[in-house]
Amino acid sequence: MAIDARAAGRSLWSMPALVIIAVALTLALTAGPILLAGANPLEAYGEYLVVPLTSRYTLLEVLVASTPLLFTGAAVGIAFRAGYWNIGAEGQLLLGAIAAAGIGQATGDLPSPVALTLMVAGGAAAGAAWAVVPALLRVRFRIDEVVTTLLLNPVALLLVNGLLQGPWRDPISGFPESPRIVTTAELPQLVERSRLHGGFVLALLIIIAAWYVLARTPAGLRLRAAGLSPHAARFAGIDVPRTLLRAALVSGAIAGIAGMSEVAGIQYRLTSGLSAGYGYTGIVVATLGALSMPGIALAALFLGDLTVGASSAGRALAIPSQLGAVVQGTLLLVTIGLLAVRRNRLSRAVEPAAGEVVVAVEQVPGAELPPAATAIDEAGELEVDGRPEANER
Amino acid sequence: MTFLVDLLAATLRNATPLVYGTVGETYAERSGVLNLGIEGTMYAGAFFGFAAAWASGSLLVGLAAALAVGILAGALMGLLTVTLGANQHVSGLGLTIGLVGLSEFVNRLLFRGGELQRIEPFPLVEPPAFLGPLGPIFSQYALTYLAFLVLVPLAWWILRGTSFGLELRAVGENPEAADAAGISVARTRYLALVFGGALMGVGGAVFTLASLGSFTLDIIAGRGWVCIALVIFGRWRIGRGVIGALLFSAVYSLQLRLRILPGWGDVPFELLLALPYLVVILALAISGRNVAYPGAYLKPYRRT
Amino acid sequence: MNQANPGLAGSTGAAGSAGAASPAGSAGAAGSAGTAGSTGAASPAGTADIAVELRGITKRFGRLVANDHVDFDVRRGEVHALLGENGAGKTTLMRVLYGLTPPDEGEIRIDGRPVAIHAPKDAIAAGIGIVTQHFSLVRPMTVVENLTLGRAGGFRLDLERARRRAVDAAERFGIRVNPAAVVGELSIGEQQRVEILKALARDCRVLILDEPTAVLVPQEVDALFATLRRLVANGLAVVFISHKLGEVRAISDRVSVLRRGAMIGTVPGSTDERELARMMVGRPTFGVARSGTPDPAAEPVLRVSGLRATGRHGLPALHDVTFEVRRGEILGVAGVSGNGQTELVEVLSGMRQPVAGSVTVDGRELAGATPTALMAAGVGRIPEDRHASLVPDLSVAHNLVLERLDDFATRTGLDERRIRDHAQALIERFDIRARPDDRVATLSGGNIQKVLLARVLSREPKVIVVAQPTRGLDIGATEYVRGELLARRAAGAAVLLVSEDLDELLALADRLIVLYEGRVVGEMPAAGADPERLGILMSGRGQAA
Repeated sequence: MAIDARAAGRSLWSMPALVIIAVALTLALTAGPILLAGANPLEAYGEYLVVPLTSRYTLLEVLVASTPLLFTGAAVGIAFRAGYWNIGAEGQLLLGAIAAAGIGQATGDLPSPVALTLMVAGGAAAGAAWAVVPALLRVRFRIDEVVTTLLLNPVALLLVNGLLQGPWRDPISGFPESPRIVTTAELPQLVERSRLHGGFVLALLIIIAAWYVLARTPAGLRLRAAGLSPHAARFAGIDVPRTLLRAALVSGAIAGIAGMSEVAGIQYRLTSGLSAGYGYTGIVVATLGALSMPGIALAALFLGDLTVGASSAGRALAIPSQLGAVVQGTLLLVTIGLLAVRRNRLSRAVEPAAGEVVVAVEQVPGAELPPAATAIDEAGELEVDGRPEANER
Repeated sequence: MTFLVDLLAATLRNATPLVYGTVGETYAERSGVLNLGIEGTMYAGAFFGFAAAWASGSLLVGLAAALAVGILAGALMGLLTVTLGANQHVSGLGLTIGLVGLSEFVNRLLFRGGELQRIEPFPLVEPPAFLGPLGPIFSQYALTYLAFLVLVPLAWWILRGTSFGLELRAVGENPEAADAAGISVARTRYLALVFGGALMGVGGAVFTLASLGSFTLDIIAGRGWVCIALVIFGRWRIGRGVIGALLFSAVYSLQLRLRILPGWGDVPFELLLALPYLVVILALAISGRNVAYPGAYLKPYRRT
Repeated sequence: MNQANPGLAGSTGAAGSAGAASPAGSAGAAGSAGTAGSTGAASPAGTADIAVELRGITKRFGRLVANDHVDFDVRRGEVHALLGENGAGKTTLMRVLYGLTPPDEGEIRIDGRPVAIHAPKDAIAAGIGIVTQHFSLVRPMTVVENLTLGRAGGFRLDLERARRRAVDAAERFGIRVNPAAVVGELSIGEQQRVEILKALARDCRVLILDEPTAVLVPQEVDALFATLRRLVANGLAVVFISHKLGEVRAISDRVSVLRRGAMIGTVPGSTDERELARMMVGRPTFGVARSGTPDPAAEPVLRVSGLRATGRHGLPALHDVTFEVRRGEILGVAGVSGNGQTELVEVLSGMRQPVAGSVTVDGRELAGATPTALMAAGVGRIPEDRHASLVPDLSVAHNLVLERLDDFATRTGLDERRIRDHAQALIERFDIRARPDDRVATLSGGNIQKVLLARVLSREPKVIVVAQPTRGLDIGATEYVRGELLARRAAGAAVLLVSEDLDELLALADRLIVLYEGRVVGEMPAAGADPERLGILMSGRGQAA
């Protein structure tokens, strides 16, 4: 099937234009709840989106709020780009937090750089370890990773709670939070009188590194090819299963570092409320950012802005801060809705293949090898790419 | 003995929301759509059911509201995944995020974070006297009776013994064949999602309208994801899914009771609670290649 | 079945009206129609007998004319075969009849009245049913459930009544099915019977069977034919699409031959094989393009021996395929699509594991090797689906180096400038109308093929495995690609050329083998190859040479 992708370049439907339309639509749709709260929508948008950027403190808070999202957005973006649907970033993050809290209590007198290096390594290893089982199941047995990664999230949370109720229950306060990590294991504060910590820089570094690897290295190109067209990639000699596995592990590792960053930069201990759904929000970030690292960075900052704005708008206009989540969800749904509409408008020239008289069907092997697509341009992938391959290696 | 009776009663009671959710999700997935919006739908059902009951003073109004919310959620999922053909995972997750946020938002608006509002929840049905010591087992909410005695057999029968059920199963296995037979794939999937959503909404409302009589944040606490696991555990069959729900609920109820007994306080019950998830993953690993996913699972359908 | 048919004179008339037929073809048809001896009834023997008639059907896809003013009719109680190679237009014609493709010109008449068929449901309403190789069955369900799908009245599913209906229908049509069996557990032949029953149960009066025997074993073919004979005896009209001469002659009353979109002629089913083959295949239209002969004493570079592989549905696709290709030679593989060519190329491309057999290149064993190993051994692969061999969303430049990224990398990453320069050089050398940064998806078919060609040929492979290289390409691109292949041959490469286009094979290849049902049934030098003999081999009627 020849796809006339010339249509894809049309300006109305290009990605930046689409994001603008998506944001506009979202604001329109969320005007309802805002009015319900008795506030003026325009004022509310101002509070949400703009006000946080106006004061030094809130601006820094935006960066703080973006930090975990930068990590998880990158983690999810890398996996999706490879065609691996990692829905388990939340659990991987928690495992990384556990490792960091554990290491952080044990580093004792080690100098800070060493302690922090161990924390990062530990967080990454824990996150990757949490990701390895679903990844192997996918690569060896072609078992859909959406469900397996998803189900490990509540297990991770139970693990956290189990530790906090048990061996790590703070003997002093009795609250379900772990003992504090040693101060040398803390991420440094970046700016005085703010909560901005070293994790933010680490996140940016990871995003830049991810961008570089994906865009400029052979490994990155192979990963992209495997995600876009697994069959063609295999044909060109790319080891698709191994590529997927590596992407899954890297994804888990980065999510694990996100957990470490929250422990070492904000909480300084393991708590049960450590993650406000950052792993899931990472999926939102990755989608909004069209799976590109620069886009993900912007999306993470945008959502950070939204998070901070939501709570301040709550105070200023008496709008519940939960509106932030509503906006997030709506924005996500609107974005993928628009992407789907755009994809449906791509014209297709269908030529009858020999012997095919039946109703031609576009079926997406979603449960097998879902082509992830770059700029989720073609997300929802309607190309029939995976083939029923008997005897495939 | 009373311990067993009490446990059995608790099992049935606690399984109720899971039964609604699992049956609802089974319908969606049997038609070929993975509905990750279940967590949010149950949440919204719990909240809006409660809010409507509180505002109107009638539990039935609350139940109707929960139903309505579930239907709308299912329809929205249908719009995204069936009509537009958008990615199912992201659609479902977005729906969950949005619905949870919306519920908490309206919760804040209505109750301003003040003291916990309570309503008179559904009463437990009084067991007939002749049952004696077994009585408590039958002391359940009407919604529980409804679930086990009406919903489960009805849902089973619809799927197996009606032409709609046949069409739904065909759409989930081979939409191309169903289309060729003149069945509207889109319409069938919408109906499955809407029906499933309605059940999910009711399942969520069980928490607020029956069990607790109030709404707290995190009331669903991941039960939606448990239902996803139970559907797979039940291999997309109603009966097996319900058995899975009972098993999970039994383990859950058991650990609650053991926890408070002397000497049991330090046992990590979280491991028990993690079992359903781990069992499902193990089951997938063992027979994953042969797990009979509905053939069209996760695939949007477009006739060219 | 093969006796003179009262309608024969009428069909000769029909053949005559296919104006676009080549003179040689229709003259031949008329000739053989005459010799078959018809029993009177000179004029169209009662149009009341004609179940469905297609008149002047024309369908174009861009520049390609898939159907060129085709006339075709089927009578009640007859099996009318539609014979032709791939690309002849049989598929398109049936898609038009079934409402899947609107024709550009022409009309369809049912029982003499023109009807408008815009969608399959119109065709079904008009009494047209179709059974293709792609069954519309729900595998986990039983036969009864599949038959009931979409036809069950009311809300309640009365399986007992449906079962009785199914059994009645099965008896009425003389088709053996087990109503309680789960479709997924049935053999392909049994599944096909269910499909046929499905179509018949909708009161179809014209049944189209598209290559029905492609998935059947011989015993099942016999069973199918027995069923068909029963059905036509009861007045059903059957269109039997096939490329298999033996079966066509065994089952059909009349045969219509399509070639390159045109109806060549309609003849009795008893027509001589060679005649049918000639009609199907025609004569070569241009001279040999290759020059020089390969050295017969040269060692074979590519040796395939005893190759066995399974294809779709787990059915065997290749049986003991053995051949070799020498340096500087092009070995053409002739055969109608679906006889194992795809699987052969997949095995040689490293995309399918063979079940048994050996593949060696210069003595190195490569059966079951990965694409990487094959490339390292000097095998260049150009499969038929060019869209699945390139990544459409990546640029031309990246696609060109995808097989050997490490050659274009420095310690810090990809050397984009060298990649671009490399692409530019190939673009010029291979006349690709594109820029290095263009996404492959935006290129025309011909240019996409050139990119694939460039990627493979620029590495000067020792062995080239290429399938359908010029399918869908315009004249310019076709000439270019063929020229490249000949140049490689002159430079000493061993080329395995799989093509549905006999003209292409005859022009380019030095030797030919014919694949039929996964076996090599013939081998001959291309020079002086007899198209009729080829047609016969391709249709399964010849002995292995």
